[in-house]
Order: sequence, then structure tokens, then C-alpha cells
Amino acid sequence: MNALPEKPLLNRRFRMQYEPAQQAHVLLYPEGMVRLNQSAAEILKRCDGSATIDEIIAQLEAAFDTTGLRDDVLGMLSHAQEKDWIR
Amino acid sequence: MTAAAPSPPYWLLAELTYRCPLHCAFCYNPLDYAAVRDELDTEGWFRVMREAREMGAVQLGFSGGEPLVRDDLELLVAEAHRLGFYTNLITSGVGLTETRIAALKEAGLDHIQLSFQDSTRELNDFLSSTRTFDLKKKVAALIKKYDYPMVMNCVLHRHNLPHVDKIIDMALELDAEYLELANTQYYGWAMKNQQQLMPTLEQVRQAEQVVNEYRARIGNRCRLLFVVPDYYEDRPKACMNGWGAVFLAVAPDGAALPCHNARSLPGLSLPSVKDASLRWIWEDSPAFNLFRGDSWMQEPCRSCPEKEKDFGGCRCQAYMLANDASAADPVCAKSPQRDRVDAIIFQAAHPEKREVRAEAILFRTDANSRQLCQPQDQAAQAAQPGKAAIL
Repeated sequence: MNALPEKPLLNRRFRMQYEPAQQAHVLLYPEGMVRLNQSAAEILKRCDGSATIDEIIAQLEAAFDTTGLRDDVLGMLSHAQEKDWIR
Repeated sequence: MTAAAPSPPYWLLAELTYRCPLHCAFCYNPLDYAAVRDELDTEGWFRVMREAREMGAVQLGFSGGEPLVRDDLELLVAEAHRLGFYTNLITSGVGLTETRIAALKEAGLDHIQLSFQDSTRELNDFLSSTRTFDLKKKVAALIKKYDYPMVMNCVLHRHNLPHVDKIIDMALELDAEYLELANTQYYGWAMKNQQQLMPTLEQVRQAEQVVNEYRARIGNRCRLLFVVPDYYEDRPKACMNGWGAVFLAVAPDGAALPCHNARSLPGLSLPSVKDASLRWIWEDSPAFNLFRGDSWMQEPCRSCPEKEKDFGGCRCQAYMLANDASAADPVCAKSPQRDRVDAIIFQAAHPEKREVRAEAILFRTDANSRQLCQPQDQAAQAAQPGKAAIL
């Protein structure tokens, strides 16, 4: 397994958008679609190439007024990296 | 059947035209495409896209025929982009000049899928009955220059399976991000040319092995999708992910199709977008409900634990091979008609033992299509096809 990028960036080959009909964010790519659950979408939204992983975790914990998200976020980012969604 | 409205048609395929500069022997378009006239106009396609998007469609393919022969393609792409679709252009590349590729980028086109017939000029040009190979290589370079993700698509059959390695090398050289190695599916012109195209089991397994070796070597650099030829499987493909489940195609004349090949099913009255709203077509039309869910199934599908997985396979294949569109797909080992698939496989391995020898390949041309349009005496027509070549 590769190390996670320092400042993850959504791969420009994927387009993320909110789909009202599915009440979910989706990732779109050539002839394909992945429906994201809410937490995956919240994480990926923050993968803008400028925020570090620590900053993303802090942003999420502030936004949802909670703590202890680190493991979930790292797990999701590993999955995203495996799928080539982030770089 | 549940009373709830079906989930949306996420994948809208706009078959803009049946006109095509290529004459591929494995085209899935209907044999009698030449009888289809009166293409939807720009406004008609705008309405289809708008209604589909309102229902939740999100992937949009522009296909055909060759979609580039429509001079309003840029307008259609721009409108699709404005509506929020992810737009895919599925093209032979013929007609994709730098002017047009720049205009399509400007209009918001997301992705271009470029078809190749083979890695060699000779076979590419022969199987598409044109001289297009060099042009396709130029188009591939333009696709990269304008920063589109590129999916290369190559249809596989007995003549090019032995050099699948060269095809992969070409995709790597052209910097494709995905390569679809799509084994021929036998519909339309491909079914007509089945004896010419059907590979042997050995060819398929060897090609699969080559693909796996490349995958291990190249990693994420180019994703290789190997679409297995279903005749060599013992379970059917989950055709269309289920009838009326996610896929909606609109043919050039406005006929709404639950699958690419639905025109070939007898007795299926296809609704037209010229007469009805897309929502009615998708949710309420008899055609889209005919094989939706599982209440239409017979045995062995009805009680099969795998029916949620493959939905009984392909209705068109069931009709073609079992003469019953609601039968189990004969590809399935549980189908009582599996012997018909086995017979085709046997003939592919032993061409000398064929009962009927149809040595001529029938190219997809307007002239051949017009001949096949004539309903009377089709068997006689097939016995002496128009412009045919010996392979």
C-alpha cells in the first residue's frame, strides 16, 4: 500500500456532483458513476490539494461537532487512493 | 412487480444517427437500419435530454452510427453539459477534426471513446471496410492534446484475439487511460457474421492470460477491461443490469429502447419519444415493463438463487437462440437450450464440420441493409449477400 498523499487532491479525471434524484453526491468518470455516502462525500469535498490530512480531519470534526474521526477518514482516503479518486 | 416507481434511467444513450462512414462486420446496429429515416432534430434531442435529466439520468452517451455526421453535435453536447450530464462521445474518429474537437471541448464534452478495429492497418481497414487506421492514430493524438480522458475500444473476435498483446501495446503508446477489449457480442451484423467472428475457446483463454500478464505489469497506467465472450461462460451476463433498470437508449428516429438490440424482438411495440413523454415511456410503457423485475421469468430462472445477479441474462439472445424472449438466456448452463450455444462453440473449433458454410463476410453497408430490409424471402437474400468479400 502506498503512503497517502500529504495534501490529497481529487483526481481531475473524476467529477463530483450532487444528484437530487439520488439524494447523494456521485463521482462521474467515463461511462461510470459511483454513489458516495455522506461521509465519503464530505471527505472528498475537502480534498482540494491545499489542505493536509490533519487539516481535513480538523475541518470535519469542527463541521460535525465531534472528535475521533481520524481512523474513519484515513480508511476512506486509503480506499479513495486505491480507486485512484485522489492523488 | 412493485407499485413503486422504478429507479431512474441513469444511463441515457442517444443514438443520434445510423449513418456511419465505417462498415464494420460486427456492428450491433439493426440489419435493416437503412429503413429508419426521419432522425430526431436538434429540438427533439434537447427535449429527450431535458426529460431524462429531470428523471435523474446522469451519464449520457452520444453514439450511432457515427455521431460526428450530425452537424449539431456541438449544440447537443453544450445543452447536455448545461443540464449537468457527464457527456461521452462514442466515435470511430472519422470526422473528428481539430476544429471540431476544440469546439466540443468548449461545449463541455467530458470524454471521448475511440474505437479501433485492430492494431494493424490491414485488419483494421479490412474489418471496417475502410481506410481509417492512420486517421484514428491522428485522432488519438488530438484527444490527448485537448486533454480528454481517452477510452480506446477494440472489438475482439477470432481474427484479432491472437494479437491482443499488440492491441494493448498500441493503447499504451497512444496513452489511453482505459482500454476496453470487448469480445464480440452476437447481435445485428455480428450475428449475421457469427461464423466469421466466433473465436475458439483456446483463443479466448490465451488472450485472457495475456491481458492478466499486462495488468500485473502496467498497474494503473491504463485500465484494461476485458469483456468476456458470454458464449464461453456458464452463466449469462447481467444484460443492461436488468431490463428497464438503469439503461435507456433512444434510436435515431426516436424509438425508445430498453436495450441496444430491442428492435429485433418481435411483437415488442417500442414507444417513441415523438409520441410520449420519457417519464411515461420509462415508468409506464408496456415495452419497458415487459421484462422488468422477475414476474415474467420461467423456470429455471424463476426459482434460481442467481436471478437477482444476472436477471436471467439477455432477452434478445434468448429470442435468437431459444426462439423465446422470456426463456433463460441459453448461455446459462441451466438453460435447456444450452446445447445450441455448445453447437456454435463446436463449429468455431471445427469449421470443417459446419453444416451450412457461409464463407462470405457481410459488411454493414447501406446497400446490404436495404437488401435485408425486404421482408420477403430473407433466406434467399442471406444466401447471396450483396457486396461481400471472402475472408
